Amino acid sequence: MTVKLTGLVVVAAVAIAFPYVFSSPVDTNYGVYAMIFVTAASAWNIFSGFSGYISLGQAVFFGSGAYTVGIAARDWHMKGDGIFVLLPLGAVVATAIAIPFGLVALRVRRHTFIVITIAVFFIFQLMAYDFSFTGGTIGLPAPFLSWPLATFNNPFYFMALGAAAVTITLAWLIKRSRFGLQLRAIKDDEDRALGLGVRTMRVKLSAFMLSAFITGFIGGVWFLYITQVLPSSGFDPLFDLTIVLMAFLGGVGTIAGPVIGALLIEPGRLWLNTQFTNGYLSEILLGALFLLIVLFMPRGIVPTGGEWIKKIRSRGRPAIEPKGRGDAWTDERGTSEEGRRRLEAARRRESG
Amino acid sequence: MTAEIYRAIADGILIGGVYALMAVGLTLIFGVLDIINIAQGVLVVLGAYLSYSLSARLHLDLFLGLLITVPAMFIVGVVIHYAFIRRLRGRERTAMTLLVTYAVALIIEGILYEIYGPNDKELTASYVSSSVHIFGFYLPYIYLYGFALALVLVGALYALLYRTRFGRSVRATMQDETAARLIGIDVNKVAAITFGVGVAVTATGGMMYGATYGGFNPNSGYDLISRLLAIIILAGMGSIGGALVASIFMLTVESLVTIWSPQWSIIVFYGALVIVLVVHPTGFFGRQPVRAQ
Amino acid sequence: MTILRTDSVGKAYGGVQALDDCTLTVEEGSVTGLIGPNGSGKTTLFNVITGYAKADAGEVYLSDTKITNAAPDKVFNAGIGRTFQLTRIFPSLTVLENMLVPSRISGRRQAMEQLEFVGIANHAGELAGTLSYGQRKLLELAYVLVADPAVILLDEPAGGVNPTLVGQIAARIKELNAQGRTFLIVEHNMEFVMGLCDVIAVLDAGTVVANGPPDMIRTDPRVLDAYLGTDLAEDDEL
Repeated sequence: MTVKLTGLVVVAAVAIAFPYVFSSPVDTNYGVYAMIFVTAASAWNIFSGFSGYISLGQAVFFGSGAYTVGIAARDWHMKGDGIFVLLPLGAVVATAIAIPFGLVALRVRRHTFIVITIAVFFIFQLMAYDFSFTGGTIGLPAPFLSWPLATFNNPFYFMALGAAAVTITLAWLIKRSRFGLQLRAIKDDEDRALGLGVRTMRVKLSAFMLSAFITGFIGGVWFLYITQVLPSSGFDPLFDLTIVLMAFLGGVGTIAGPVIGALLIEPGRLWLNTQFTNGYLSEILLGALFLLIVLFMPRGIVPTGGEWIKKIRSRGRPAIEPKGRGDAWTDERGTSEEGRRRLEAARRRESG
Repeated sequence: MTAEIYRAIADGILIGGVYALMAVGLTLIFGVLDIINIAQGVLVVLGAYLSYSLSARLHLDLFLGLLITVPAMFIVGVVIHYAFIRRLRGRERTAMTLLVTYAVALIIEGILYEIYGPNDKELTASYVSSSVHIFGFYLPYIYLYGFALALVLVGALYALLYRTRFGRSVRATMQDETAARLIGIDVNKVAAITFGVGVAVTATGGMMYGATYGGFNPNSGYDLISRLLAIIILAGMGSIGGALVASIFMLTVESLVTIWSPQWSIIVFYGALVIVLVVHPTGFFGRQPVRAQ
Repeated sequence: MTILRTDSVGKAYGGVQALDDCTLTVEEGSVTGLIGPNGSGKTTLFNVITGYAKADAGEVYLSDTKITNAAPDKVFNAGIGRTFQLTRIFPSLTVLENMLVPSRISGRRQAMEQLEFVGIANHAGELAGTLSYGQRKLLELAYVLVADPAVILLDEPAGGVNPTLVGQIAARIKELNAQGRTFLIVEHNMEFVMGLCDVIAVLDAGTVVANGPPDMIRTDPRVLDAYLGTDLAEDDEL
C-alpha cells in the first residue's frame, strides 16, 4: 500500500514540476496535449472500458464542447480571462447531447452500438460543416488572450493536468464502487445482470453521460488552447481512434492503462507530425502500431506487465495452494460452526 | 418538377445498385465471420485506384479491367484475413476486429496517399460521360451498366450461397461455427474465402464508384464506410437481400431529399438509420435477436 | 395456496412449438419438480416465467398478480429467483464482487453470509472465472437468495456436479424450504428429484402431461410414454 502511495506522490510531483523544468513552449506544448489526451482516454475508459461498449464517437462530445465555448464566446461577446467560465457550459452541452444519443444507442447490441457512434460522429461533423452558426468550413476562432507567449501554455497545462487528475480519481472511485461493479457485470453478461435486478440502461447511460461531460470539458480547453476549431479538427475521426488506441495500449478497463497509453502515444504522435509535414506517414504508423498492439499485446501494457511481475515474483512457488487452508474462522468448505451460528442469529433477529 | 422526381428516383435506384455491390460484401463478412470490416470503405477506394491505374497506364477498358482487379482484391482480402484477423479470438473479439480493420484502413489510406497523392482522380470512358435519353431525362450509360452488373453479381452470390456445396458450408458457418466445425467444415478456409469474396466485390463497387462520383481521393473511404454501415444496419446485419433493398431504398431517399436541400440529404440518410434503430433495433430484415451477448 | 401459475402458455421458436397450452400450478411452500424428456420445453418455460422469453399466448401469475412478459429485473424484484443451466456468472469479478452486483443486496456482510451459507466463502477474493463448475452452481444459488425470493426456480442444480456437492445442494434446498420458500426444480437426476420433491410435474412436447407426488409419477404410464415412447412403455424402466 505505501509503495503505491509513494509512487503516486512521486508521479504527482513530477507532473507538477514538469513545466518548470522543461519551460520552453515547445516542451510544454507536449505536456498540454499529453494531459488533454490522458483526460480524454480516461474518460473513454470510464464508459467503454468498464462497460465493454466500445464508443468510436467521443469526438462528438469533444467537438461539441469546443464549439459550445466558441459559439457562446462569440454570441455573448466575451473576451479576456472570463471566457474560462464557459468551460463547464461546454461540458453540460456535451452531456445533454449524450442523453438522446445514449438512449438510442445503448439499446442495441455492441456491434451495432459501435457503428451508431460512428454514424452520429459523422452527423455532427457534417452539421459543423453545413450550419452557419458553427462557422461552416472556416470554423470558429477563440477570443484573444493577452497572455505572455513564454508562459502561455502553462495555465493550460495545469488546467488539463487538473482535469486529468480528477478523471483518474473518478475512474478509481467508480471501479471500487457498486456502480462500477454493475458496469463491469454488464460487460461480462448484460442479460444476467438485468436478471439480477441491475438497471442496466440507467447504469450505462450514467457512465456515458459522465464520460461525455469530461470529454466536453476538455474539448473546450483544447479549443481555447489552439485558438480555433474547424469541423475537421473538432470532429476528427483520428481523435476517436487515437484515444481508443491509447486505452488498448495501456490496458482497457484499468485505471493506469489509458494514462500510460496516452503518455506514450501522444508525444510520439506530435513529434511525428513535426518531422513529417505531410501527415500521411503518421497515419500509416498509427495504424501499424495499432495492429502490433492488438496482435501481440491485446490486453495492454498494464495487465500484461502485471502478469510478468507476478511471474517473476512467484518463481519457485507451487501453482496451487494445498487444500485444507481456511482463514481464521472458516473451514475447508468455507463455512463453519461460527458462521452458521451467526447466520442463525441474524435470521432470528430478522424474523423476531 | 415531376421529371426531376423521376430522375431522382432513377438515380437513386441505379446508384443504390452500386452501393449494394459494396454493402453486400460487408454484410456477408459480418454474417460469416461476425466482424465489421471498417476497411471496406477504403478497399472500395483501393479498387477504384486499381481501375484507374489500369485504365490510365494500360488503357484497359474499365469493365475489362475488372477481370484483373476482382481477383487481385480477392487476394488482398484473403491476405488481410490471414495476417490479421484469423488469430483474433476471445471475448473481446468484436472490438478487436473492429479496431484491427480500422487500423488496416488507416494504413491502406496512408499508402494510397503516398502513391497517388491527395488530389482527386477520375475514371473516364466513353460510356461514363454519355447518356441515354429516356422518359424526358438523361441517364448516363454507366449507371445502367453498373446496375445491371450489380444485379448479376448479387444473383451470382446468391447462386454461390444457395446452390453450391461451398455455399452450404458458408451458410452453416454463419449459423453455428462450432457445429460447422464438428461436421468437418474447415471453418478457417470458409472464413478466409468469404472475406476474400467480400473484398473482391468491392473491386466492382470501386470501379463503379470511381466512374460515377466525379472524383475520388484516399479520404473518400470515410464517407463510404459510414454510408455502407448505415445501410447494412438498416438492412439487418447479415442479410444479403436486405443489403440490396436497403441500398436502393436509402440512396433513393437521399436522392429525393437532395432536390429539396442537398445539405440535408446526408443528415436524412443517417437520421433514417437512427429512427429505424429506435423503432426496430434489428433492422428491416435482421434475424438476430436484440441482445444475444 | 398456489403461488405460481402458468395458464395455457404458448411459445414457438420459428416452426417449433416449444410450449403448447402449458398450464402448471406450484403450491406455496412446496418443492416442485419439473421433469420431462429433452426438448420438452422446461428451460423455455423457465425463460417465459422469468421474462427472458416472451410468451405468444397464455398468462403467468405470481400469487394473484399477472407477471406475463414482465422484464427480468421486474420479475427478480417481484420475488422470483432463477438459476441457469449453463452457469452465468461474472467471470472478471471476484466471487464477493459477484455477490454485490444484484440490486437487492444490502452490503458486504449480507454477501458474505450468503457465500458462507452455500459454502464458498473462502473463495470470496478469487476471480469467479476460476471457480469450478460445481462452485459456480453454488454461486448461482447464492445470487438467487440475495433477493430473498419467495419462489426459486432452479434449472438443473445437480447437473454435472460431483455427488458430495449434490448432497450439499440438496441440504441447502431443504433448509431454505423449511424457511418457507417455494422451489420449482428442473432436473434429470431422478434420485435427486424423487428424494427432494413433494410434487412432480411432467412436461412433454410443451405441455404438462402429469402432476402429482413422486410415487404416483413413478408409475404413471403417461410419464413412461413421454420418456420412452409407447412401444417400450410396457417395460418397467423408471
